[in-house]
Amino acid sequence: MIAIGVIGQAVVPGGFDKFINALGSGIALGAIYALLALGFVIIFKATQVVNFAHGAIAALGAYLVSYFAVTVNIPGRWITGAPDWLQWMLSALIAVAATALIGMIIERITIRPMIGEPLFAVAMITLGLDLIIRTISNDLMDNTNTGLGDPWGVSFVDIGPLRMANTQIATLVITVIVVILLALFFRSRTGVAVRATAFDQEAAMAQGISVGKVFAIAWGIGAALAALGGIFSSVAPRGAAGVSPFTALVAFRAFPAVIIGGLDSIVGAIVGGLIIGIAEVFAGSYLGQISWLGNGFAGIVPWLAMMVVLLVKPYGLFGTEEIRRV
Amino acid sequence: MRGRPNLYTNYSSEMGLFPSTTKKVSMVLLAVIAILAPLHALPYFGFLGDGAWMVLINKALVYAIAALGLNLLTGVAGQVSLGHAFFMAVGAYTAVVLGGEAGNTVWGLGLPMWIWLPAAGIVAALVGVLIAPTAVRVRGLYLAFVTLGLVFIGLYLWRNLGKIAGGPTTGRPWPELEFSLWRNMDPIISFTSDGPLWWWLKPVNLLPWVHIEEMDGEVKTYFFVLVLMAILALLGKNIMRTRIGRSWAAIRDRDIAAEVMGVPEAKGKTQAFGISSFYAGIAGAVLASVVGRIIPESWDIFLSVEFVAIILIGGAGTVVGTLMGTFFVVLTPRIVENVTGFLATQATEGGPFAWLGKLFVRSGPDDWIGIVSYPDAAGPGLSVAQLNIVLFGVLIIVFLIAEPLGLYGIWLRVRNYWKGWPFTY
Repeated sequence: MIAIGVIGQAVVPGGFDKFINALGSGIALGAIYALLALGFVIIFKATQVVNFAHGAIAALGAYLVSYFAVTVNIPGRWITGAPDWLQWMLSALIAVAATALIGMIIERITIRPMIGEPLFAVAMITLGLDLIIRTISNDLMDNTNTGLGDPWGVSFVDIGPLRMANTQIATLVITVIVVILLALFFRSRTGVAVRATAFDQEAAMAQGISVGKVFAIAWGIGAALAALGGIFSSVAPRGAAGVSPFTALVAFRAFPAVIIGGLDSIVGAIVGGLIIGIAEVFAGSYLGQISWLGNGFAGIVPWLAMMVVLLVKPYGLFGTEEIRRV
Repeated sequence: MRGRPNLYTNYSSEMGLFPSTTKKVSMVLLAVIAILAPLHALPYFGFLGDGAWMVLINKALVYAIAALGLNLLTGVAGQVSLGHAFFMAVGAYTAVVLGGEAGNTVWGLGLPMWIWLPAAGIVAALVGVLIAPTAVRVRGLYLAFVTLGLVFIGLYLWRNLGKIAGGPTTGRPWPELEFSLWRNMDPIISFTSDGPLWWWLKPVNLLPWVHIEEMDGEVKTYFFVLVLMAILALLGKNIMRTRIGRSWAAIRDRDIAAEVMGVPEAKGKTQAFGISSFYAGIAGAVLASVVGRIIPESWDIFLSVEFVAIILIGGAGTVVGTLMGTFFVVLTPRIVENVTGFLATQATEGGPFAWLGKLFVRSGPDDWIGIVSYPDAAGPGLSVAQLNIVLFGVLIIVFLIAEPLGLYGIWLRVRNYWKGWPFTY
């Protein structure tokens, strides 16, 4: 880390402080993308479905947090004595669980009938889902910004020259917890069933694994992770004003993260997310002043990075190469 | 072979454009309907010639051109593309730079249509050929993401290239559909202004009830786009049934096997991207000039999804299916709007469908039951535009689950039922 810092100080304009701050924000943003990408990869690995609706589910999850925490104040209205942050956490937990349930319902209604169909056809179904969920959640949030009422607000913590928003630290902590939980989950009995299904659906079925249940679990976990990613992309400093129709589009940028890591690699999702996050923030803070690049260049850096990686490694950094039959 | 339309005695007759008499007759019928419909000359369907319907049908015809292109790429060559909107935008902006009027803030050469329309297709095709090497290297769903990335990169470009695309919220005016020899010359044929179709058609009046000498601008646009679409559809059909198209189908079905048989994969995919982008470029240019003014944000992912949905709903890999899908997708919103309006009036004024209207339509701030807010879109409940997007998503899902062959599959089943009638086999 010190070596990177020294190089950064020597090479880039703005010095070490700017570099380390960009790196910190980049890793925090990368964690958001990693959360979104993880959900996506888990769904793809277990069910072979490319979920284009992931961004929409993320936005819906973030909206549900604002609904439970701000609009109806559940469960805060029943436990009035509890501190604010605990009430908000519980609301967020309910919202994430609700999103997971919605994910399972979606799987049961639209994905289950498509087992055995071509990958592309199922992917198109999720494109349709994306339109439906995005439109309905946009209508629910009245096409404007809706605050999540999170307890962190816009306060910062200074660690030496590094200044991190509380939400960024929360993002990192939650991401680490999620990754540990996932690692533990994949060692549990159910997790092994999910891995077996990912490996070979028919063989898993022959071993007595209920593949349908595995599908539901994968979609539940995927949707829950999407909701987490959605929450953190609609609190400060990412989306200071809360969840908005724009959130779903921001979540779209997690797709390059998935592709860079490889569609079916969980490690790849985390690495890809971090690469994309750091690249986007660095492009924003170092290339922002270059006038001929225009507005919003940072927003397409993930896509450009994805294309470069794909040209070198067509299945992403950690993706399994497809074995093709002649 | 009389009376045995399915008996082909040689390969060339099976690959013929219209292999049976039935198909020839139905094509002629279709052509007659297509010519008479806008002239208020069809019994019961005279309303199709009204301005609002003509605008919608014109849009469908332009969409059909782009959908034909995507059908060649996705349906025939099997390359999944979500980047069709990008190629359409390339065509549209080529057209406006070559044909548009120069201003203080925008470029424009003011060249006539016979230059900008082919150029729109050719430039888009060149860009498609540039993208093709990626498609050779990256396959399947990874390719879908690359083309998705193209749309986002394109949106960034159009937002920032103000000299080409105009202001981010205003766009810029597109050149009109009119045929003139060179810039600043009077148009020989204008496809947008009211009046006779062409000067020499003025005295000719074959059908007394058809007022050809005073044609609406929309109707003239219709004939222009119809002919353009028909030419491109025929071209597409010919591509599909000759060497190029069959090599694409071989690549789609099993690319390695195709290469073993001597079908060059890289060449086929490059051709497919180039030709498909040519269609998209033409469609983008015509769409922009029919609409007149387009903002950069219009070339977004939703437009691409619309075309993917059109070929899925219509039936991938067929020209007829693509056309059916286009009309279905473009006309459904209008029908939904009319039905919503009808149900709303039923709910307020009473009628046989009043109960349905009350359940479906949320008429005001005091009404809490209903899915659609109509006519006032405020408050909870979807607006009609939002309902259309939701329905569109539902349609994609329903068609993929229930009828993977699309409208074309439904048509096949109906046709086969009547072919064997009264027997079921």
